[in-house]
Amino acid sequence: MAPAAYLQHRTVRFSVGLLFVISVAAMVGPWISPHDYTATNFDALKLPPSWQHWFGTDDLGRDLFVRTMMGIRVTLIVAIVASVVSLVIGVLYGAIAGMLGGRVDAVMMRIVDALFALPYLFFVILLVVVFDNNIYLLFLAIGVVNWLDMARIVRGQTLSLREREYVDAARLAGVRLPGLVLRHIAPNLIGVVVVYITLSIPQIILMESFLSFLGLGIREPQTSLGALVDIGVRQIETASWILLIPASALALILLCFNFLGDGLRDVLDSRSRDT
Amino acid sequence: MLRYTLGRLLGAIPTVLLVIALSFVLVRAAPGGPFDAERAVSDVVEKNLRAHFNLDAALHVQFVDYLGNVLQGDFGPSFRYADQTVSELIAGSFPTTLLIGGMSLLLALLIGVSAGITAALRPNTLTDRLVMTLAMSGISIPVFVIAPVLVLVFAVKLNWFPAGWSSTSDASRLVLPIVSLALPQIAYFARLSRASLIDVLNSDFIRTARAQGLSRASIIRHHALKPAMLPIVSYLGPAVATVLAGSVVVEEIFSVPGVGQYFIRGALNRDYTLVLGIVIFYAVLIIVANLIVDLVYRWLDPRIRQH
Amino acid sequence: MKLNRYFLAAPFALLVLVLALSSCEQRDAAEETPSFLNRALNSDPDSLDPQRARSTQSADVIRDLGEGLLGYAADGELVAASAESWTVSEDGLLYTFTLRDGLRWSNGEPVTAEHFVFALRRLVNPETAAFYAEQISVVVNAAAITAGDMPVESLGAEALDARTLQLRVEQPTPVFLYLLTHPSTFPVNPEVLQQHGDDFTDPENYVSNGAYRLESREIGSVITLTRNKYYWNAANVAIERVRHHVVADEMSEINRYRAGELDMTSTVPTAYFEQAKIDFPDELRVAPTLAVYYYGFNMTQPPFADNPALRQALSMAVDRDQLVNKVTARGELPAYSWVPPGVDNYTPPEFAYSNLTQEERNEMAQSLYRQAGYSESNPLRVELRYNTSDVHRRIATAVTAMWSDVLGVETQLIGEEFRVLLQNIREGEITQVFRSSWTGDYTDAVTFLGIMAPGATWNLTGYDSEEYGELIAQAAAQTDMQARRLYLEEAERVLLRDHSVVPLYFYVSKQLVSPRVLGREDNPLNYHYSQYLSLVDTEE
Repeated sequence: MAPAAYLQHRTVRFSVGLLFVISVAAMVGPWISPHDYTATNFDALKLPPSWQHWFGTDDLGRDLFVRTMMGIRVTLIVAIVASVVSLVIGVLYGAIAGMLGGRVDAVMMRIVDALFALPYLFFVILLVVVFDNNIYLLFLAIGVVNWLDMARIVRGQTLSLREREYVDAARLAGVRLPGLVLRHIAPNLIGVVVVYITLSIPQIILMESFLSFLGLGIREPQTSLGALVDIGVRQIETASWILLIPASALALILLCFNFLGDGLRDVLDSRSRDT
Repeated sequence: MLRYTLGRLLGAIPTVLLVIALSFVLVRAAPGGPFDAERAVSDVVEKNLRAHFNLDAALHVQFVDYLGNVLQGDFGPSFRYADQTVSELIAGSFPTTLLIGGMSLLLALLIGVSAGITAALRPNTLTDRLVMTLAMSGISIPVFVIAPVLVLVFAVKLNWFPAGWSSTSDASRLVLPIVSLALPQIAYFARLSRASLIDVLNSDFIRTARAQGLSRASIIRHHALKPAMLPIVSYLGPAVATVLAGSVVVEEIFSVPGVGQYFIRGALNRDYTLVLGIVIFYAVLIIVANLIVDLVYRWLDPRIRQH
Repeated sequence: MKLNRYFLAAPFALLVLVLALSSCEQRDAAEETPSFLNRALNSDPDSLDPQRARSTQSADVIRDLGEGLLGYAADGELVAASAESWTVSEDGLLYTFTLRDGLRWSNGEPVTAEHFVFALRRLVNPETAAFYAEQISVVVNAAAITAGDMPVESLGAEALDARTLQLRVEQPTPVFLYLLTHPSTFPVNPEVLQQHGDDFTDPENYVSNGAYRLESREIGSVITLTRNKYYWNAANVAIERVRHHVVADEMSEINRYRAGELDMTSTVPTAYFEQAKIDFPDELRVAPTLAVYYYGFNMTQPPFADNPALRQALSMAVDRDQLVNKVTARGELPAYSWVPPGVDNYTPPEFAYSNLTQEERNEMAQSLYRQAGYSESNPLRVELRYNTSDVHRRIATAVTAMWSDVLGVETQLIGEEFRVLLQNIREGEITQVFRSSWTGDYTDAVTFLGIMAPGATWNLTGYDSEEYGELIAQAAAQTDMQARRLYLEEAERVLLRDHSVVPLYFYVSKQLVSPRVLGREDNPLNYHYSQYLSLVDTEE
């Protein structure tokens, strides 16, 4: 499926554009600004936005613009890495279950059902406590609990795909299971998976933010949007921009991903309806 | 139906066992022990404490003992809250969580579904766009952002509702937590019901009904609504889980003494029994909620009832 | 369309219902509020069992409910409580207490010396697994009983008659009377305990011997106390009912205080402190307390083991004035000693450098840093661990910046979850610099100095100085208070010279107290018994 087809959709185009701008700003912003994101200044605590500090300063006199940009970076990286983790696990699991079918499929799906009943947030909190808020493990922890939906969707798609003639042909030609999955099934799943990923990214961002909000997420002086919001909430009365700026950035990013996912799904749905 | 229910309940047993085993291992794998404190206890006192809570036994013995107790409905003593057992803590805090969760789900269902229907009946109008954009924002703005803002506006500035959990004003303290928890759910319900109703309205049997000359209002009320509500019913299961998880956030922000708060305290205090008890309780709750939803769904949808 | 109206009306009806309910409930509440004192606890008390309770919040409530042999007055002075008088034998080993006449439990039964013995035995009994089992380890055989080596009956506590209690200590202990103010030594009623077992702390069973009795308890939310009419001093207890509200979030406390729902907060958050000075200039109470916030060095591992110059350099490079004025900013006192001011019969010696300006300190720190073998091209790389919380984060970030500016130290901040940090400190393997704090139990210097002795449970740095240990032991052996004081002051001088810790500041208590509350006095322990307070009606 050509990416160009997706881009014809208006909300998709708009969201992709906005996300692009935000990402570029997050990458370039810290270079342009004269401030360092770790530099404290006790003579410039909680300054409102100005020419000197575009987004103002935080409760330790650090430039909020640079910190917000760094926060966006970390938040996006966490979201992308965690999605990739859940993608890999989910696609492999779902495709294998779908391809093998029969009893294996039934057992594998029962396991997914069982895992679905786990209280997730609780497990993420436990995992983070166990792993002592190490950011890499944070990626992993979030990704590890997020693959279930993916597995279900991929399995469903695989079930329908594997009935197609070309898969049968390949199987008759002696292509073995891993080859089948990688060469014939996986590429055909790209559409669904892309849509699904854009829809799950906001959930991952929310989870990361919440953990950071609880103080279980990222480490100082590193920061994420959730951690910034946490700091901002404490200043809500005296310096509301410390909350409102990162909170708006967070909401904007989430909104973009949600619109993007929605738009992509619309396109995908209409295409599958057409064929 | 009974067979199905029994089958589902039996099928849930491995899930619950998995939950218990996973949490049992995880909570003990966490660094730091339940008796660590800034004011550390001496080795002698720690030894007495470990003996008191059966932590000096071998791990598998502890697990079997624990499982035995759980089967008898006993979650054991809390390591931290000496005055209550874990069951008492859950029993004491769950009504609050249930009240807030239930009310917000109800609120979300009523507002979300009516907004969704309103939008679906006027697709692609300004109303529709407005409702859908609001719904999208509702999904996108995290509870821990919206809640402090609600507090600032409605509690601090306008002074309409109490800011946290007060006991002097019994019902008004519920409003902000309920609304915060309901907002994202309102959005989900609105989107879901809109999409579902539009689907139904475009389906063949509605076209047939319309061709027979029935009025639009009558078609919608008598023919379209019920099938359009099926996806809503099936979403209720996950919604219960989401609301329960979300209540952890809301309870933390509004310092509501619900189960979620105890879970977070339990995890931070390494209160093994408390954490395990709550995880098991929630897992069972989610399983039962899903089961009830599925039963209702089967009852509503004759196509499935045949099987 | 009709359908829509119906659907839209329902949620509004629901909201209106909730609001209606709330407004009438609120009116009820307003009518009964004046007779209540509403005070805040910043976490849920873990227990109301005097011997099993752990947290300071539990202790706050138990001090309202129960009473020990001794207690504190509103200004923090040690006073007689359930004991009317006492004598100490010549050798300082035998204490004989006489209980007040006519002491009663809240169910009307008499409180006897036997009940005190029962509670003390229960405290040290290994089966109780009391957190504070070692609170009275100076009492004869107490430590051996807790270790399981002696029967509980062998405890050096004896009831000679209903009103006479004898306690025998293993060595002269000048602070012994202070130890007996601790809630873990409060009596419990043996019959009630026997009758209700573990449920004796439930409101319907709870029996107390202090100014208040337990009326009701809403888990995680509020504990309501009512005046105990059988209390010996009930005539002087002004407030009829007290509510201890559990408010986990500091800012919620402020919001509830502003809404008139609280008469006393437990603290004032940093972010609000400046605003509090403006909003409530006459209601903000700030007073020094007996607690020190410090960074400890791991004295058992490089780079800090055997490197006093480096430790001193890091200690000197911290601009404590900046820290308390700009970062903590709640009126804390910069710390240049280990023992805070305000302990009895003691003058803390200060760091030798405390009379220098910060510039002079920085210069000296730089030369010490070089002397320790570090330079710009070869900077110290160090990990600073703290437990994740807003205040600790801010302080750690600020200290990191100071070390970097003055010395060029490259600090890696590691915010850890509290119990992870505690475990790391205890193991002493990977920690380098860590955050901790110490709160004194009573107004005597030994509560601070004792914990740094070699091998002491609360000596977190691994500081192992024979010289220091010797001085502390010498001080303990003195019966003459003046001689004891000299040994203790000398010990602190040694401690400060060795720089195993960087004391950063001394805590202050900060509370908002409603003008309708009278009788609250600042005191270094920050104990505010409800029985000393009274309420006046103020017209809004």
